[in-house]
Amino acid sequence: MAFAAFGHGGGGGATTPAPTKKSKVALFLLLPGLIYLGLFFMTPLISLIITSLEVPDGSGVMGSYAYGFAIENYGKVVTEFWPQISHSFGYALIATIAALLISYPLAYFIGVKARRFPLIQGLMLTLVIAPFFISFLLRTFAWKQIFSNESPAVHFLQQVGILGAHDYLVGTPFMVIFGLTYNFIPFMTLPLYSILERLDIRLLEAGSDLYATPATTFRKITLPLTAPGIISGTLLTFIPIAGDYVNASGDFLGGTKTAMIGNVVESRFLVLNDYPTASALSVLLMGVILLLVGFYAKRSGTEDLL
Amino acid sequence: MRRFSLGKYALPVYSVIAIVYLMIPIAYTFVFSFNDSLKTNLIWRGFTLDKWINVCQQQGVCEAFGNSVMIGVISTVLATTLGTMIAIALVRYRFKARSFVSLLIFLPMATPEVVLGAGLASQFFSMGAAKGIATIIIAHVMFCMSFVVVTVKARVASLDPALEEAGRDLYASPAQVFWKITFPLLMPGILSAALLSFALSFDDFIITNFNSGPAMTFPKYVYTAAARGIPAEANVVGSAVFLLAIAIVVTVQVRGSLKARRLAKQ
Repeated sequence: MAFAAFGHGGGGGATTPAPTKKSKVALFLLLPGLIYLGLFFMTPLISLIITSLEVPDGSGVMGSYAYGFAIENYGKVVTEFWPQISHSFGYALIATIAALLISYPLAYFIGVKARRFPLIQGLMLTLVIAPFFISFLLRTFAWKQIFSNESPAVHFLQQVGILGAHDYLVGTPFMVIFGLTYNFIPFMTLPLYSILERLDIRLLEAGSDLYATPATTFRKITLPLTAPGIISGTLLTFIPIAGDYVNASGDFLGGTKTAMIGNVVESRFLVLNDYPTASALSVLLMGVILLLVGFYAKRSGTEDLL
Repeated sequence: MRRFSLGKYALPVYSVIAIVYLMIPIAYTFVFSFNDSLKTNLIWRGFTLDKWINVCQQQGVCEAFGNSVMIGVISTVLATTLGTMIAIALVRYRFKARSFVSLLIFLPMATPEVVLGAGLASQFFSMGAAKGIATIIIAHVMFCMSFVVVTVKARVASLDPALEEAGRDLYASPAQVFWKITFPLLMPGILSAALLSFALSFDDFIITNFNSGPAMTFPKYVYTAAARGIPAEANVVGSAVFLLAIAIVVTVQVRGSLKARRLAKQ
């Protein structure tokens, strides 16, 4: 349900009809897509794992490697790129929490308070997804311009003393986290909205009828009932943020000290042709994400995630 | 005397501020598409319609945009076809490897783009395949398919099987039942899946960057240009696409609410 909520406002409301037995038809329907995913999703992952264990082939030619079983590649990338690894997961954690804190009240307003005004609800929902319609890179670059070193915004912050006279925003971890939070807020707001929209208000009224304070009602009723939305929202933001490298790139909001795993993978793979390092880092990232998803799935049920 | 309640206004006010915050970079991009800029588009130099009228004069912008549209359309057609077939099978048929199939559909959505991109690139590399438009399309179909499955699946699940039964009772062949009943009823779901798929493909940068080789797409153009400053013409393309997408969404919404009102009247 996590990703369904994102795709099409939830679903699976109606019960599954009695399935028919024509397995030949099912096979015909499934095979093309599954073969495709096998060829272009599974095989690449295996190829990535094999590449991550390769060693230089001794020819001295850049980008040429031989099959090996260099498990130690993983130890090497963890020690060499520990700062970037910690940035990826640290920034992703902070940005996901920030996105949740910003999105929850917004989603609550649109999904619960604005229910009586369908027009306002529709308008606000459209505006929440509006950022999707303009290029991700243009949006991120716009923030860079707005907070560039010569911008009025930065001058103002320097004048009121929030920033020192020679401090700037672009290139700092703050700016990268700011950009990541901004870019993925809709991924958090939409699943929260789709669950809050179906929240039965009578349950909240019952809480206050029983003399619960608004805070208690929220903690004991609203929060547990909207937990599935929080789960899908955090997965939908954390995963892409941990793998992102646009925000942290020096040409956008980041600098040399903000590089994340994605930045290393990009430069190792596309610039330096250091495929084993890039692959080992990718496999590592994938592994951590899978552990996280597995943990979530165990808590909420695998079928629920779909 | 009624006490002025802060709580009553706090949430609406906050929501408006949050929406404004979401709109800031969009507004910025839009405003700077009218900037009478020189090579870069950093400072405001005055209003002009020139960039909108002569958008293709900036080298590479229109070509990249054209590539992105073509890749988006082809990927969408393929991903929507394959994804819809899987969605129907998942809801309508009982088969053994069901949970495996569900997992295989779910995993690409849970995989960071950089991993998908690097994985495919390493496979193309070991196969010796030259990267270009074709490899971009292969990559896009792969990651769009799962989103199509999820979107269409919701629609299939909400379909009343009695309608198809009625068709069969009236001696319609399975093909007739599918094309005359199932498919039209699934159409809204398929359509929104296709739109989602196109949007994902059109705006994808990370996976594309790993698998494009020399081929240019619009996001890749913006990324490459960012090092020396993005030209105003890129803002024009971005803003135009934005306006078009908003127009489509509003049309769909208005049509939906008109239909709901019509149904309510009956």
